[in-house]
Amino acid sequence: MLEPRRRILVLFAHPAQSRSEVNRPLARATRRLEAVTFVDLYAEYPTLDIDIDVEQERLLRHDVLVFMCPLYWYSTPAILKEWQDLVLEYGFAYGPGGTALAGKLFFLALTTGGPERAYGPEGYNTWPLRDLLRPFEQTANLCRMTYLAPFVLHGARHAAEEGRVGTHIAEWRRLIAALEEGRLDIDAARTADRLNADLDLLLAEEG
Amino acid sequence: MEGILFQAAIYLAAAVLAVPLANRFGFGSVLGYLVAGVVIGPFLGIVGAETQDLQHYAEFGVVMMLFLIGLELEPKTLWAMRVRLVGLGGLQIALTALAVMAVGLVLGLEWSVALAVGLVLSLSSTAIVMQTLSEKGWTGTEGGRSAFSVLLSQDIAVIPMLALIPLLALPEFAPYAGVELVDGAMTRVEAHTDEHHGMSLVEGLPGWAVTLVVLSSVVVIVLGGHYLTRPVFRYIAYAKLQEIFTAAALLLIVGIALLMSLVGLSPALGTFLAGVVLANSEYRHELEANLEPFKGLLLGLFFITVGAGIDFELLANEAGMILGLALGLMLLKFLLLYGLAIAFRITGEARWLFTLSLSQAGEFGFVLLSFSTQSNVIPDTLAAPLNLIIALSMLGTPALFIFFEWLCRRIEAPEAHEPDDIDDTGTVIIAGLGRFGQIVNRMLLSQGHKTVVLDYHHELISDLRKLGIEGYFGDPSRPELLLAAGIRDAKVLVVALDDREKAVQMVRYVMREFPDVKIVARAYDRLHTYQLYAAGARDIVRETFDSSVRAGRYALMALGHHPLDAERAARVYTRQDRTRLKDLAQLWDPAISPSENEAYMQRTREINAELNASMKGMRTAFHDQTERGWTPPPKGGKAKPEPPTSEAAE
Repeated sequence: MLEPRRRILVLFAHPAQSRSEVNRPLARATRRLEAVTFVDLYAEYPTLDIDIDVEQERLLRHDVLVFMCPLYWYSTPAILKEWQDLVLEYGFAYGPGGTALAGKLFFLALTTGGPERAYGPEGYNTWPLRDLLRPFEQTANLCRMTYLAPFVLHGARHAAEEGRVGTHIAEWRRLIAALEEGRLDIDAARTADRLNADLDLLLAEEG
Repeated sequence: MEGILFQAAIYLAAAVLAVPLANRFGFGSVLGYLVAGVVIGPFLGIVGAETQDLQHYAEFGVVMMLFLIGLELEPKTLWAMRVRLVGLGGLQIALTALAVMAVGLVLGLEWSVALAVGLVLSLSSTAIVMQTLSEKGWTGTEGGRSAFSVLLSQDIAVIPMLALIPLLALPEFAPYAGVELVDGAMTRVEAHTDEHHGMSLVEGLPGWAVTLVVLSSVVVIVLGGHYLTRPVFRYIAYAKLQEIFTAAALLLIVGIALLMSLVGLSPALGTFLAGVVLANSEYRHELEANLEPFKGLLLGLFFITVGAGIDFELLANEAGMILGLALGLMLLKFLLLYGLAIAFRITGEARWLFTLSLSQAGEFGFVLLSFSTQSNVIPDTLAAPLNLIIALSMLGTPALFIFFEWLCRRIEAPEAHEPDDIDDTGTVIIAGLGRFGQIVNRMLLSQGHKTVVLDYHHELISDLRKLGIEGYFGDPSRPELLLAAGIRDAKVLVVALDDREKAVQMVRYVMREFPDVKIVARAYDRLHTYQLYAAGARDIVRETFDSSVRAGRYALMALGHHPLDAERAARVYTRQDRTRLKDLAQLWDPAISPSENEAYMQRTREINAELNASMKGMRTAFHDQTERGWTPPPKGGKAKPEPPTSEAAE
């Protein structure tokens, strides 16, 4: 039986793209993927005046929701918070009758300035990244979405010099393809630390 | 000729001297006029018997006032008042008349005379009360509205009273009762005899025909007011002659008053009706502005004649009795009104205003009284003291208002501010309804604010009216029109006039007279901005600035700048430009030309230097401001914990 392909919505938020070294190429690559609807939120809403109807309509047309952004102060850039505050309405995303998002997959595609070792009891950020991202996990729970581990590039500040950007983008393409074709092990993806820690482990054989 | 000039000089001088003095002491203009009358009449004896004749002309001020009151009342407002009009007003008239009649019977009057006296004294003074209410800004309050509804029912009740009084005529007072159903206020046709007929359309007609004529004249007013005034006023507006508009406004009032008198209705009621019909008209505020000075002067004259007409000789002879009766009358009215206020659940301050304001007898009392004596209902010997009682009670009214104000100050302290009725005058006035004013107006309406829109292009106003936008015709830069539009109670004035000089004048005027009104001014260009700033405006909007900035933003986006970067560039540009403009506006001096204003020139040179540097690609404050924000920490390895801002990175 042929499963219908998953449709993926990437909400991209980067307020200073002229200075971006990872997110910009990553966004450019994502824009070209056919399975993905790519939205540059800051381009569509430079004054943060988000159109709730348009955004809800978009959500209904997709099976996977991705926030793609740099990690700012252990969270997303401001416009993604505004997006949540406005679009995830009572009666739409949660509360009685708020089942529009039920069953959809949700995860973050992040870049962090700090290295991986900074995220843990020994590091200066004290907590593992997944713990720092609990608000997103709970948001997904309340909206009856399935929350997956984040897709992360740590130490992004030096990734370009160290030649890690290309690999990261390649992994991103593999992940999106697997998501689209239903080859991602969802149960494993829910519990991993990050989706790209060992991508091979999460993917069924490629077609 | 000299006689007339002498009279005019006396009356005007009395008013000019006494009224500002009374106002300064917070007594209101009415007391000033009354005292002026007392001084020039009985006190100094400069004016004499002609005051009685003058009073009849001055009563026309009441007619005008009712027209102006009507203008403020849309038909649906009037309909909403019906319970108060009939219930509160009707009961006040009936109870007061009966109570006064009872007192009269006790004092040994004939029942018919007692009833006539009761009717005469049941009326209160619309002139004094409404003048004072609007002067003090109490018209929109609960108490003011209740008082007004009673006054209005009284004015309406005058008509059936005029019909009733002749029926009370006592045959022994006169051999023949030459009665005519004409309101004395306008056409007090002198001493009717068999061979002399006053001007009347209804005399000699059978009853059904009289009814028909009366009804059709009311229809004429309503339909004419509705359909005829607009084209007529538009025709006049084309001429762009202010005095012709004033003439037309006066003609309207005089014409209606004449028609009403001819058919035997009260001119006051007729003009009131016309006012209500025109309340929705775009010419409403222009009419108000034109008639207001006439009304004010005529009413003032009326008050002076009341003061001048007091017969001190009679008063001296019967001082105890007359003063006692005047006070007794006011007390009686006060008690009845207080009871009504309780029954109609008028509470707090409103109850006091309602009861205290209406406790006097009124100008229609004079009219009814003279009509009654002519109709041989009330004998002359009784009419003279009654006249005096009415005048004294009117003279005492300003004291009651002063007492009310004192009471308010006493009450206010312990009692928290009542959840008061919101005054219904517009809180925003938009002067100039071109493209600019229209947008402002729509935004305000969308948020549920009431706006009063003024423009002197009548074509524009009538076109907009077709679209359901409420606008009024008139030159908004005229202070009278602004007053009529309610600038006193307005919170905000939007100055969007096309005429640059008028806009500046308007800002200057409103800043000086009504400093509490917030002004939003549309500026034509930089120079106009400076002028408006010097006039006192602070929220100044250059009409093309924001749209130019938007165009710049689109151009940046077309060149491939990210929309957010373009937006930020626009914001920084706006902020810098406005700061510079404000600097220059503060330095600009209307008295000296900019080229001689050293401080102004200095700042201009600085700004130009900055702009030049920016154009040559040098780094300026502009770049620092647009590029700041979301800055990652510097590159360059260091292992030690970075400050938390390092998270803002990638």
